Amino acid sequence: MKAPANALKERKQMNSNTMLLIITIILFVILYAGGCIAYASKGFTNLQTFLNLFRTNAGLICVACGMTCVMLTGGIDISVGSLVALDCMLLAYGMSEWHMSAPVMILLVLVIGIVFGLFQGFCVGYLEIQPFIVTMAGMFFARGMTAVISTNQLSITAEINQLFYDLANFRIYLPFGGTVNRAGKLVMPYIGVGVVIALVVLIAIFLVLRYTKFGRSLYAVGGSEQSAAMMGLDVKKTKLKAYVLSSFLCSVGGICYCMNTMSASVSQATGMEMDAISSAVIGGTLLTGGVGNVIGSLFGVLINGTISTIVQTNGKLASSWPNILTAALLCFFIVLQSVFARIKEKSK
Amino acid sequence: MSKLKKLTQQRLFLPVFCMLLVLCINMIYDAATGHAFYNFFEITMTNDLLNGRIINILNRGSEVAILAIGMTLVVSASAGTDISVGSVMSLCASFCCMLVAGFGVSSVGSAEEFAMPLAVGLIGALVMGCLCGAFNGGLVAYLNIQPMVATLILWSAARAIGLLLCNNLIVYIRVPEFAVFGGYLGPIPTPIIIAAVCVAVTAVVLKKTAMGMYIQSVGINKRASRIAGLNSKRIIFTCYLLCGLCAGIAGIVASSRITSADSNNIGLDMELDAILAVALGGNSLGGGRFNLAGSIIGAYTIQAITTTMYNMGVPSAVTPVFKAVVVILIVAVQAPPVKAWFKKRAAAKAVAQKEVVGV
Repeated sequence: MKAPANALKERKQMNSNTMLLIITIILFVILYAGGCIAYASKGFTNLQTFLNLFRTNAGLICVACGMTCVMLTGGIDISVGSLVALDCMLLAYGMSEWHMSAPVMILLVLVIGIVFGLFQGFCVGYLEIQPFIVTMAGMFFARGMTAVISTNQLSITAEINQLFYDLANFRIYLPFGGTVNRAGKLVMPYIGVGVVIALVVLIAIFLVLRYTKFGRSLYAVGGSEQSAAMMGLDVKKTKLKAYVLSSFLCSVGGICYCMNTMSASVSQATGMEMDAISSAVIGGTLLTGGVGNVIGSLFGVLINGTISTIVQTNGKLASSWPNILTAALLCFFIVLQSVFARIKEKSK
Repeated sequence: MSKLKKLTQQRLFLPVFCMLLVLCINMIYDAATGHAFYNFFEITMTNDLLNGRIINILNRGSEVAILAIGMTLVVSASAGTDISVGSVMSLCASFCCMLVAGFGVSSVGSAEEFAMPLAVGLIGALVMGCLCGAFNGGLVAYLNIQPMVATLILWSAARAIGLLLCNNLIVYIRVPEFAVFGGYLGPIPTPIIIAAVCVAVTAVVLKKTAMGMYIQSVGINKRASRIAGLNSKRIIFTCYLLCGLCAGIAGIVASSRITSADSNNIGLDMELDAILAVALGGNSLGGGRFNLAGSIIGAYTIQAITTTMYNMGVPSAVTPVFKAVVVILIVAVQAPPVKAWFKKRAAAKAVAQKEVVGV
């Protein structure tokens, strides 16, 4: 008699978690439909507008995937925005001042991401320092190091590095959904290399989280550290790996971001950590860890992107609105999570 | 050996030691660059105003000191930090200037008059600070959200709201009365006086009432204090409220210094300074017992570090690197595994010594 009751309860719990994801998807659809209705004349209904969400947020998708992994363990990583700035600066400075080739610089950036993650992961996992403090120090460190490299605004042009320039401007045209432009020419919608990278990362992390031992241990550690340790999982190592993964994906995201902006400055990507965290939270990842999914995070990113696209399309709203709206959404979802948690506790 | 140990176990050892270290570095640097080594301590009167590097540090460090008061209480009560203080500072400054100068007006030309009395602006800023603090406190105390996640919302939103209030402009207030709070009162810089008053009031309140003890007991064990009859939630809420109020005061000082509301730059990176001040003050970031004096000394030590670095020609954008390293070092030393390792080593040493004596 007891077993089915338990199973029922479990299904109920699953429901409250998937409910957050469903709310997110509905919210995205409503937002986008609202945008389509309000700004249909400004080209909001084009397929390209939708693809642009991916193009401009390719970096953020990678970063949000990493953030989700860290948040699954119950931690958080607020160093991502600064790390992206550091990556961009390294790429731009390396190619323009050191005259390095693009593959070498990309490799260097990835290695720096891993080293950065190793250090943060060591502090969180093995020294048991609060993740917030560690990654906040990491945030200021990375931002400061960006200033150490250069305080100028650098841009990457075709003269500086042909390969990187071509890579960034490479367009993959889709065979459908074309629109006729003002000149009467049929323009096919396209995506960039960054989008492909971001989608590959997304699918890879989705598979890792669902089917590998490492992915499952992330959930286990986030669910209950003690139980995970009793089950024989190496909690410290899992945490370390999560932070390394986050910083590595952050570097990948930094490269995508750089391909999109083709420039670097000290104040670049400020507030990106906020976007990544809010994307993950809006996508149903619990801040306490143990529950979450990268698909949700993708929708979180898309919601954030839609908000800023709407504000940009409107053209009259102040530039600080996306920031405020994102924060308001984050607040709403955090409170929602807390309410769900309380209901769950009571039903036990 | 035992004397040294006793010294290092003093509660104020870490902040005072760091302060002395910074002073020594300054003296050595002065001597090395050909100035007199006491250059650092020189206080002169220029145009009837106190002048000198010590005064400068005390003056510039006031905001961090004020923030550190609130941060100490928050860290002690809730074992988490309020990372929104910098943004809230900026928001309060913007709100104050907006009230005083009129909504969204950059009154560069005709800034001789107030749109509203100065008192309204000041009280408005303080109320705004309290509101932000109450928002944070409500999320943390009553909805049980991790402190840093709850304050993350305002960390990102407050600055943006400030920009919105000022219409994306830098609002100037060119009226001498407003500049007093960041300027001079007699020969003494006003921020020093404001910081001193804040510290004194807090210290008296904590000493004369049981508030300090309540906060500590909630920080050490929330549930036990609840059972002992304390309203844990309300105490945590009050701490966040006070932290918001402190941010409001600091915001007024910061905006008065530049007689304008620069939402993008006021209080930038201030949260790191405030947290660093608390950590340097010998307080555990894990909550519980706190030491206000330590935090204040820590705050001024940080300002001394910053001023020293400017003095040595390090660009301002690079200083966070050093601060980040210092934070990590301090927190790492306090971390339980490291402490356990030190204890183990000391025990091993004691055993070895005993064996030597035994032989």
